[in-house]
Amino acid sequence: MIGNQLIDLYARTISDEKQHSVSDGAAAGTEKRYQVLHKDYQNPDVLRKLAASIKDHTLHHLGDYLAKAEKALVSRGVKVHFASTGDDAKQTILSILQGHGVTSLTKSKSMAAEEIHLNPFLIENGIECLESDLGEFIIQLDDDIPSHIVKPIIHKNRREIAKTFQREGIAADYNDDPETITRRARAYLREKYFKAQAGITGANFVCADTGRMLLATNEGNSRFGMAPVPLHIALVGIEKIIPREKDLSVFLNLLGRSATGQQLTVYTEFINGPRSANQPDGPEHMHVVFMDNGRTDVLASNCREILRCIRCGACQNVCPVYRQASGHAYRSTYGGPVGAVLTPLLFGDRFPELADLPKASSLCGACNEVCPVDIPIPDLLLRLRDKAHREHVHSPAAIPMSPFAILATSPSLWRTAMTMSKAMNHLPIQVAPIKPLQDWLGQRTLPESHGGDFRKWYKTRKKG
Amino acid sequence: MTHPTARPLGKRVLLMGTCLCDAFYDDVARATVEVLEHLGYSVDYPEDQTCCGQPAFNSGEWSASRKVAKHAAEVFAGDLPVIVPSGSCAAMNRHGNLLQHEENPDPAITSLANRTWEVIDFIFNGIGIKSWPGRFEKPTRIAFHRSCHSRGTHTGEAVRTLLASIENAEVIPFGQQEQCCGFGGTFSVTFPHISGQMGTLKLDHILDTNPDMLCGIDMSCLMHLSGLAINQGRPIPHKHTIQILRDTLLS
Ligand code: SF4
Repeated sequence: MIGNQLIDLYARTISDEKQHSVSDGAAAGTEKRYQVLHKDYQNPDVLRKLAASIKDHTLHHLGDYLAKAEKALVSRGVKVHFASTGDDAKQTILSILQGHGVTSLTKSKSMAAEEIHLNPFLIENGIECLESDLGEFIIQLDDDIPSHIVKPIIHKNRREIAKTFQREGIAADYNDDPETITRRARAYLREKYFKAQAGITGANFVCADTGRMLLATNEGNSRFGMAPVPLHIALVGIEKIIPREKDLSVFLNLLGRSATGQQLTVYTEFINGPRSANQPDGPEHMHVVFMDNGRTDVLASNCREILRCIRCGACQNVCPVYRQASGHAYRSTYGGPVGAVLTPLLFGDRFPELADLPKASSLCGACNEVCPVDIPIPDLLLRLRDKAHREHVHSPAAIPMSPFAILATSPSLWRTAMTMSKAMNHLPIQVAPIKPLQDWLGQRTLPESHGGDFRKWYKTRKKG
Repeated sequence: MTHPTARPLGKRVLLMGTCLCDAFYDDVARATVEVLEHLGYSVDYPEDQTCCGQPAFNSGEWSASRKVAKHAAEVFAGDLPVIVPSGSCAAMNRHGNLLQHEENPDPAITSLANRTWEVIDFIFNGIGIKSWPGRFEKPTRIAFHRSCHSRGTHTGEAVRTLLASIENAEVIPFGQQEQCCGFGGTFSVTFPHISGQMGTLKLDHILDTNPDMLCGIDMSCLMHLSGLAINQGRPIPHKHTIQILRDTLLS
């Protein structure tokens, strides 16, 4: 039966309250981005295209830049690891932690860690692992999953959070004032920071020329988490490399504005390696784990542009389908347009079961318009649809197109069909036994058929 | 994706009438002919034309859509500009077709891409008409839905400028204008819930501003929006921009 797309079905099940949280939060994000970006840049497209070309160049020479970055990091005293799968990355991190006798750590927000479900893995292995980003902390308390790259709890409202805090004993009473919620989380987390023996972060950018790593946050949690611990592990997707430090000027100007409508995030941390002799604090040991986990396959595919992504979430905010369905509908760490492309590619061995994701789009192109690295997301969605069709992936929502192609390549058949379509005006098509047609007409009134009328007018007029 | 760079030299054009105008909106195709003729162009409508192939292309059935595209490229062969009263068919010719032929480029397909113009873009940028000497009888507030397939083209600016230059016309802004109406062709069939919600939201924003009419450059969006509006008991008069250009001129 047509009309059975999982994402559409999911969208029907979410409460109005949740849908409004998502769509209001997303729309506000879109608006803020527009105001801030266009206030400072008359034509942001120039910057977006520049960023895209820097990323493309890097991806084209990724092997070289990774080697360069490794060398620079090592010279700064960082231990560098390469993990080809998510499991490899998890094992690598676990053995580093075990080598240092770590039983408790704090973790700042990292999509790479979400992607491989690092948290539950470490907890299973007896390591207390606390999310220190407020949103991620709430996700952890609720045993929920993030529904947005930048705003993981966009689907929740403050009343739910206040209830969670009360339930978990983080607060003695119910209070849904946002500032109070934040203060309470802060007080609770502060204790934990001092107990931790390691900090895990992601990275927004790693500069190949100097090995300097950049983290953009708004809460200062990663910085705070790193101050008292002797060990820092950064889990980094291999596509996070940029060639030179000075390229940061392009990316930083775009990232904050695109993600949260800020000129810069509140904290922009430059990490130079483990603490040096004249630094008063910071971890003495630093490890960087570069993770592939499907990325080289993406690089080899015809959708490699998606690896330019800097995880700003602007495409999620602007996407009308995301706003209706929420990020959870996409059954993956990455929801919305970026996820609809990235998920079926990263998890290529499960492509058939994920091939519906690229269909969840009207191809309106808003995502491409806001993307700071100008990823042609609609083109990539289309290439993935083509791939699904070529690989004969069964789709519950496929409308067979070969009859259409026959009609549309036979002019006389086509003209006959057009003239005949007028008969529909006299037939009760609402009761035709075609489910999707009924559904469509249940919501909309079709205009009267004028099949062939233009052709008739054009011809007679010429003669006359 | 922008408009063709070369201005048309001659005064002859081909009309790609679109399947939607063939089936439902004959008056839009007719208005296109009438306006272009008024501007001194002779308009040929090749009889054997059918569709641009978009439904199959968007479904990912590129083996089918390439056949339809090939047919269109043959029907519209030559060097005359191809004018189409639809942003999405124009985008199909200009961009989608190249995408589905990226591994095996076809000169006929590339030629069609380079010659295709969305009609309002053609009038504004191709011919160079920057204001429209039309008139509404009484003050008319128009909500213009730009249609997503005109993103990255000059059509939106062309429509706004031409409409605003019509006597008694006012183009009114509405909320979340950049958002899609939710049609998306087969998307509206396979994602009926989300499509309906998107359309309803778009209507809410448009109707909030109390427009006298809704106008667009794609009858597909307007068919979806007006069809929803009727079922929701809040019908809205709607026209393609080319109809407005003709009607204000002739009245
Ligand atoms: S695809 Fe583009 S807009 Fe979406 S998250 Fe990535 S960088 Fe941001």
